[in-house]
Amino acid sequence: MEILIAIAGLGIICLIAEIFNARKAIVPISIVGLIAVLVYTVGRCLKGGKEFISGLAMDGKGYFNMLVSDKYSLAFSSLFILLAIFLIALSPDFHKNHKPKLSDFVATKLFLLTGAIAMVAFGNLSMFFLGIEVLSISLYVLAASEPKNLKSNEAGMKYFLMGAFASGLILFGIALIYGATGSFDTAVIQTKALSPDLPKWFSIGFVLLSIGLLFKIAAVPFHFWAPDVYEGSPALTTATMSTLAKVAAIAAFFKLAYALNPVLSGRFITIINVVAIASMLIGNLVALKQTNVKRMLAFSGISHAGYMLLIFQLHGLTAAQSNLFFYAVAYSIAGIAAFAVVLSVCGNKGDEQIFNFNGLGKTNPVLALVLTCALLSMAGIPVFAGFFAKFNLFSQVLSKGMNSPSAQGIITALILVIAAVVSSIISVGYYFKLIIAMYSKEPNEDSQPLVVPFAYKAVAIVSFVLIIAIGLWPDLASSLIRRTVLVENMIKNKII
Amino acid sequence: MNVSLILVILLFGALATWYSGDKWASKVALAFSTVAFGVTAFLTYRFFTVDNPTVTLSFSKMWIANPRVVLFFKADGLSLAMALLTTALTPIIILTSFANLFPRKASFYGLILFMAFAMAGTFLSEDGFLYYIFWELSLIPIYFIALMWGGGDAEERKKAVVKFFIYTFAGSLFMLLAFIYIYQRTGSFLAFNLYNARLNETEEMLIFLAFFLAYAIKIPIIPFHTWQANVYQKAPAAGTMLLSGIMLKMALFSIIKWQLPIAPHFAEKYKYIFIALCVAGVIYGSILALKQTNLKKLLAYSSLAHVGLVAAGAYTMTLDGFRGAVLQMLAHGFVVVGLFFAAEIIERRFATQEIADMGGIRLKTPVFSSMFMILVLASVALPSTFNFVGEFELLYSLAQANIWMAVVGGLTIILGAFYMLRMFQQVMLGDGTRAFADVTVIEGVAFVLIIAVLLFFGVYPKPLVELVTPTLNELLTYIKQLR
Repeated sequence: MEILIAIAGLGIICLIAEIFNARKAIVPISIVGLIAVLVYTVGRCLKGGKEFISGLAMDGKGYFNMLVSDKYSLAFSSLFILLAIFLIALSPDFHKNHKPKLSDFVATKLFLLTGAIAMVAFGNLSMFFLGIEVLSISLYVLAASEPKNLKSNEAGMKYFLMGAFASGLILFGIALIYGATGSFDTAVIQTKALSPDLPKWFSIGFVLLSIGLLFKIAAVPFHFWAPDVYEGSPALTTATMSTLAKVAAIAAFFKLAYALNPVLSGRFITIINVVAIASMLIGNLVALKQTNVKRMLAFSGISHAGYMLLIFQLHGLTAAQSNLFFYAVAYSIAGIAAFAVVLSVCGNKGDEQIFNFNGLGKTNPVLALVLTCALLSMAGIPVFAGFFAKFNLFSQVLSKGMNSPSAQGIITALILVIAAVVSSIISVGYYFKLIIAMYSKEPNEDSQPLVVPFAYKAVAIVSFVLIIAIGLWPDLASSLIRRTVLVENMIKNKII
Repeated sequence: MNVSLILVILLFGALATWYSGDKWASKVALAFSTVAFGVTAFLTYRFFTVDNPTVTLSFSKMWIANPRVVLFFKADGLSLAMALLTTALTPIIILTSFANLFPRKASFYGLILFMAFAMAGTFLSEDGFLYYIFWELSLIPIYFIALMWGGGDAEERKKAVVKFFIYTFAGSLFMLLAFIYIYQRTGSFLAFNLYNARLNETEEMLIFLAFFLAYAIKIPIIPFHTWQANVYQKAPAAGTMLLSGIMLKMALFSIIKWQLPIAPHFAEKYKYIFIALCVAGVIYGSILALKQTNLKKLLAYSSLAHVGLVAAGAYTMTLDGFRGAVLQMLAHGFVVVGLFFAAEIIERRFATQEIADMGGIRLKTPVFSSMFMILVLASVALPSTFNFVGEFELLYSLAQANIWMAVVGGLTIILGAFYMLRMFQQVMLGDGTRAFADVTVIEGVAFVLIIAVLLFFGVYPKPLVELVTPTLNELLTYIKQLR
């Protein structure tokens, strides 16, 4: 709770700073503040509690079980805060033509962050809905934040219409669940959901909720808005949507499924598996044909959503949560690194075609290296973080299948994993298109020498170091959500 | 002092080379790779002299708790022999590129050393997960070397290199799945535990085939060879040497070290299918080599034929087959580097790869032509060269398995002699009016080193045989026990 208040307070401070004409202080204040919150959250996460706490543990401090601070929510909150720090650090240079509005942009991002945290920390469906709405409304604003750009307007409008529709579905779902169980509290709903005389509306409500969230995640077949919105929105907003918003939605979906329905029916999981396979394959296949980098990353994001949905196969296992967290970390940090480079290269060009990247390996080898590593990580090549994410995922899915008593279990697992492998192979095709453009093409003749602001470079390099560090010490990231040997030793030696 | 030192030197050398700037890069790289070779040679010497060498010279440390991965670099006869091949060829390959005026030399030589690091890691890893990481890691530098410093038309090169990457990546992902699958049974990636996984028949089949896909693409065995000739032709000479001299040996080595001991029943039951596939590759490669008009492509297809025979020998699962495979891997590594270097020297002077445009070189440079002749003869396995030792044992093992396989496989020597000598005739003999500068001192040194190795071990292969035989016997015992 205090995390949420601190961040919302920071957002308000940003707005007040504008009034008192302290515009220069906005970004430093919010970054320092967020770092402080991050340290606090990570500290609580490492110390806090047992192996894993489900979404239902009472906080003990009250709040009427509105918010719970279990390991899952704390770990994801720290990831969101980290992403927000990166995104805010990128803001001042990106919005340098709209200086007066800087406080709005930063404050909107901070409010967005509170929404994201509420989405994973909820203990009550009303809190969850508030979270998703705060997040979505901030994103509608950010998507349409270039009023003179037709595409940005289109993106904002499209996103708003589609998003409002999805919110309606979610709300309808919540209403049906309330009707079936008589409560918004997840703990109460969970107990009721296990009782045999559960009204049919409960399932209908749950399906409606799932559809709404799949829409937010942009999984096939609810993905059609994503490419247009990603392409039309200002690049920094696209970065926010494809990293923070996407992992927040998936984390919320997973928690919701777990909290409302500890025993998912086999049929539901089958449907999610089909959605996952379709997302992976269609996302990657369509990405092959794209020439706009933002569109390409949108489709790549769709396919990564598919990989993350495979986690539902592991529903009910503790390992599932740490796998999802690890994948989210690897994917979103690689996304930030890639977007930091995209912003540096295309920041003031107005479009993000691949040929803008021609010859980047010669003109700016550092940025080219960062983008290469980010893409290799997304493709799942060792030793980058993305490899371990995929490895853990495949390994868990196979293990679940092998331990299941029926032959069907292992066949499903094999189908899922082979589809994932095939789509990984396809993804290499378009990730390498960018790498080839950077290294084997000559720089465009009419291009001016690239002036890269310090902030872009800093974000690119920090995220690059994180990708490699998490790849070399994978225990580092998983220790946030799962108590590992590393943490045990640290506690023993009184480091934390 | 243990084997991890080799890897540390190579990795550190790669970074140092990258930082040393274009002017010094080649020398720094040469120095580091020579030191790495010195250390490997010294460790091999120690391997013979100390008590309990595997324990003394290996390195192990916990890396990741979940999944359980150990940084375990094991020194046994097989891994040391392969590490020797890697570290001995790296300085030679660096030496052969001294005369090339590449742009961005620092990155080029840094990548070569990084590649050597990854390949040496593949050979030394005893933990399956670690092995897989090094296996994949070696793909990245060779991709960039071929893409950025290759020759020919840029668009075609791009296509060839991306095809190569996707093929090999696809194969290795299935290998990863196989490793994950066995890990679920054993809870450990250590080779010893993987060997004892006790898989049932279907599982063994799936895992064997997943491994086979990865290795068949890398070796390559038909029908997975289509990436090879184009990449060999388009990549810079150093890249081709790394690929054909060392990298494809990773796959041959892995058949012996990982595939056969993990899935011995399936391998035993269906071994004739795989031997036949490899032998078919031998014939196919030889016939294609007969038809080539491009020198580098001819060498690529002849390489396809030779490694096909090595793979066939490995799949016989006998001591002779294994030992012949290892010896021939070493011999082929040296000879193929020498041959591609000769092709590169001609290309530097004539600026062509077409055999028809060459000729009359012998009249101008008797020294170069006699060196080339020795390499050609070694390549067709003339007695008293290292290659003869290997091919003889391979054919012997094939003959034990099935005499007809040996007969067909033996055609490689006859066909090989035919196309190699005809190539030599067209390239070197005849009259030519074009000037051909004699080999420089650096080029000569590289040739002399390669030829010295080929002739020395051709006459006296005993040290290498003694190095690898105990380890291969041990692996065979596993395979037989589990059978």
